[in-house]
Amino acid sequence: MSTNTDAVLYDHPGPRAKTRNLILTVVFGLALLALLWWIYRKFDEKGQWAGPLWRPFLEGSTWTDYILPGLWSTVSAAAVAMVFSLIFGLVFSVGRLSDHWWVSVPAGVVVEFFRAVPLLLMMFFIFFGIPFLTESPMPPFWAVVIGLTLYNGSVLAEAFRAGIRSVPRGQSEAGYAIGMRKTDVMREILVPQAARAMLPVIVSQLVVLVKDTALGYIIGYTELLQDGVNTLGANFGNTVAAAIVAVFIYVALNASLTFFAGYLERRTRRTGRAPRRTTPPGALTPVGGATAVEPQG
Amino acid sequence: MRITRLTAAVGALALAMAAAACGGDDSGSGKASGIVGKASSQKKLVVGVKADQPGLGLQTGGTYTGFDIEIAKIIAKGLGVPETGIEYKTTVSANREPFIQQSQVDIVVATYTINDERKKVVNFGGPYYVAGQDLLVPAASTLAGPEGLAGKKVCSVSGSTPAKRIQTDYKDAKLQQFDSYSKCVQALSDGSVDAVTTDDIILAGYAAQDQYAGKFKVVGKKFSDEPYGIGLKKSDTEGCNKINEILKASVTDGSYKAAWDNTLGKSGKAAPELDVTKLTNCS
Amino acid sequence: MDVFSDPTNFETYKVGFLWILKLTAAGTVGSVVLGVVLAAMRVSPIPVLRGFGTGWVNLFRNTPLTLIVFFCYFGLYSALGLELSDDIDRNNYWLGVVGLSVYTAAFVCEAIRSGINTVPAGQAEAARAIGMSFLQTLTVVILPQAARAVVAPLGSIFIALAKNSTIVGTIGLMESSSAMKELINANGDAVVPIFLVFAGTFALVLIPTGYLFGWLANRLAVKR
Repeated sequence: MSTNTDAVLYDHPGPRAKTRNLILTVVFGLALLALLWWIYRKFDEKGQWAGPLWRPFLEGSTWTDYILPGLWSTVSAAAVAMVFSLIFGLVFSVGRLSDHWWVSVPAGVVVEFFRAVPLLLMMFFIFFGIPFLTESPMPPFWAVVIGLTLYNGSVLAEAFRAGIRSVPRGQSEAGYAIGMRKTDVMREILVPQAARAMLPVIVSQLVVLVKDTALGYIIGYTELLQDGVNTLGANFGNTVAAAIVAVFIYVALNASLTFFAGYLERRTRRTGRAPRRTTPPGALTPVGGATAVEPQG
Repeated sequence: MRITRLTAAVGALALAMAAAACGGDDSGSGKASGIVGKASSQKKLVVGVKADQPGLGLQTGGTYTGFDIEIAKIIAKGLGVPETGIEYKTTVSANREPFIQQSQVDIVVATYTINDERKKVVNFGGPYYVAGQDLLVPAASTLAGPEGLAGKKVCSVSGSTPAKRIQTDYKDAKLQQFDSYSKCVQALSDGSVDAVTTDDIILAGYAAQDQYAGKFKVVGKKFSDEPYGIGLKKSDTEGCNKINEILKASVTDGSYKAAWDNTLGKSGKAAPELDVTKLTNCS
Repeated sequence: MDVFSDPTNFETYKVGFLWILKLTAAGTVGSVVLGVVLAAMRVSPIPVLRGFGTGWVNLFRNTPLTLIVFFCYFGLYSALGLELSDDIDRNNYWLGVVGLSVYTAAFVCEAIRSGINTVPAGQAEAARAIGMSFLQTLTVVILPQAARAVVAPLGSIFIALAKNSTIVGTIGLMESSSAMKELINANGDAVVPIFLVFAGTFALVLIPTGYLFGWLANRLAVKR
């Protein structure tokens, strides 16, 4: 969103408003700096900035031994789960929109259930419980991936469903009019358009998915938090420093994902193939389907 | 009451599923092959170890070091597996039993206390060491034992045996739980908790680390016995007996003492006597 | 075999869900208050405030909640000495509430901001034309209308908040996921029933809550 549209909320500042804004800027800025300084000092008092705690991060081996392998586990689990979640989401959104109740009802039950159960509980069950039923081992990697897929896939299914319904009815009617069958209308007309419209939601959900891999360490999947915070912290006694580094890595990872999505969106928009959204005339900007994002940890 | 009926229905369904699962489990355990067979045919051994416990099982770079690791090497050698054939897998306290049951590891050497509850699901060789619950406190602390914990904050790993003992036997202590000991030690170093409690040798491992040198001390008053065992499949009695034989041999040929001296013994603490008469009967 | 007929086990279950309930309630209040303030900052005329709001959203939305909760203990409490209660559980509970609030506020802020976008521009222009200041325009004209559009997204956010409260278990609060883990550890033979009861409780409460928010959103929707 550009500042232009926000600017509708206030007048162009005159001389007095400018002074007032300046004063507020300075006051808030100073308060913020004071707060940051205080935090810095308090951490300093606890010796959190001491050299020995941070020196390991200057050494290549710290990265190649702990952080990068952990990051790789995080990224690979997230990547596999992303692909599965998108497939799961697609299948169940179409299933839930089916005209046959024996398809739509079970699909709805599955989606609603997995959306309501905390991911941590899900992973515990997949890891500890499923092996009792199948009598075969459940590697932590797959426990993480399956858990992420069931949860994020269900959320995506709802997002897709909202997206498919938001495609103007004329599109599917036109499809039927030229003799396409229901499956074709869905596959050729509705899903591609919905996918583009839902891109922001899909990406937000994928960011959620990346963050959720962080729950994996609790069931023993050696991802970024286990390797890069717990194990590294045990070696160098710098758990807090390691966690600060981990925050930067996660933010960078997710920010680049978001950036990539923005790039994709701009590309699809430029080609002019993105569907026109049905927004009320005169609204400040069209709203994406932000409704379906769920900020699971 | 619709809710109770529904819960009952869910429960009944669950019971049926669980019963089916249990029934299947018995037939499954029969065909499990033991570690002795695997070691001789494949020359490989997958060992579950801790990755974040200095002195016992610590992942440093691509390698693992510590007393548990040395014990694992002794066992592997006794089974005829070369050191290159050992694959270490990081386990955390919560997943040791599932790792064994699901054959993700062949044996577990990971500060694994032998107790009756665990014996129901896995088999134990050993014990190769008898640890005891103790307290790690700042060097200047006057805390002399668990009795002094009333009103004090004490940290341990959530759901662990030491944490449970504090909850049941020392109710006046304020228990802080985290998912790893490194976080507890961090909290102790910050002064957020007054003591960390778990087995004495785990604590000694932390106290001996360079970055904590001189900052902490182990109180030295054990208030439990924690016999460390080597976990393996419940059905693998043969493997368990073999492990106990290897342990017995390691005492006579000095490799047990060497394992200690190279790891926890570095701080000058003399090697413990391994009482071979106390080894499990592998039933 | 019936795990939950044992009073201590049932107590574990009950205490776990009570914590979830309390975390969710306090977290909802905290995140809404914080989220509204942040949203106001992000649409305000003052660049520093906008920057702060944007920074907040980008930082907290992209960090795993596990780490945020970790910093609430080791940052807020250990390093900054913010002790919120004498009682160790209460203290961890409030630290958890702070963590959940700052995290969820980032999502609430974004939901409200897109809600503000659904309000036709003419509304703000009219407010300005009769001489209202930025704060007046926002609080008297825009937010009340935006509120109707954000019911559905806020509903999803609160439901996620309820599920996210399980993560406070990582700093030692015996909430329901820790409770479930403990019961599973003690009753390895009853893994499935334990899971079904815990998951079922969440589903039984959260699915109807989701429909309730959907229904509310429909009722309150502005027909334009």
